[in-house]
Amino acid sequence: MSNTKTFVYINRKAPYGTVYALESLEVVLIGAAFEQNVKLVFMDDGVFQLTNAQDPEGIGMKNFSKTYAALGDYDINQIYIDQQSLDDRGLTIDDLQALVYEDEDDDWNEKSSIHLVNREQLSDIIDSADVLLNF
Amino acid sequence: MSTLHTVNKSAFERNSLESCLSVCKADASVLLIEDAVVSALQGTSVSDQIKQATDKGIKVFALGEDIKARGLSEKPLMDQITLVDYSGFVKLTTENDRVQNWL
Repeated sequence: MSNTKTFVYINRKAPYGTVYALESLEVVLIGAAFEQNVKLVFMDDGVFQLTNAQDPEGIGMKNFSKTYAALGDYDINQIYIDQQSLDDRGLTIDDLQALVYEDEDDDWNEKSSIHLVNREQLSDIIDSADVLLNF
Repeated sequence: MSTLHTVNKSAFERNSLESCLSVCKADASVLLIEDAVVSALQGTSVSDQIKQATDKGIKVFALGEDIKARGLSEKPLMDQITLVDYSGFVKLTTENDRVQNWL
């Protein structure tokens, strides 16, 4: 029996107003040490976590958004964004950071970690989980 | 005798803004702060709600520092919404007779 499980993290809160976004990112990075199959979902207000050009200096908080770019180095390269959530919020994929990883099975070519998905695909992602973590 | 209403929750997630607008007088001001600033962008599913309020005469503001924090400075805000900074926030509290916080 394989010891590898599929961990799905569902992120549904905007950053800075609550601590959920930062806590999720920390748990994901800690969990990465255990070499599991990890998928991150950003839906509802969670899509705001990945906006580029975040600058929380004016509200006296630390900009943790740059850390998402490190996920690829931790072999976390399955990042799913809900298209409907972007549409409802007047956002497009161009408003978000480009997150990439180097594919070791393909001569370390840089590839995008981000996949735009619909609700039907999201339900499949949820059903693929051995462990679901919600933030 | 006017009231300043502050809303700090995203309108996509909570009904704070909806409740606030449903009891706002026409001379009231509404200030979007913290996570509520995400509701200020153009072309969202809550834009109509805000437009109906400003059509009634309600003034709606959004706090620039919170917009900047969330990486939304370059995104166009609704024409009906006025951007303010922390000094503007203070000014709004002094210009109104009371503050209602929709926590």
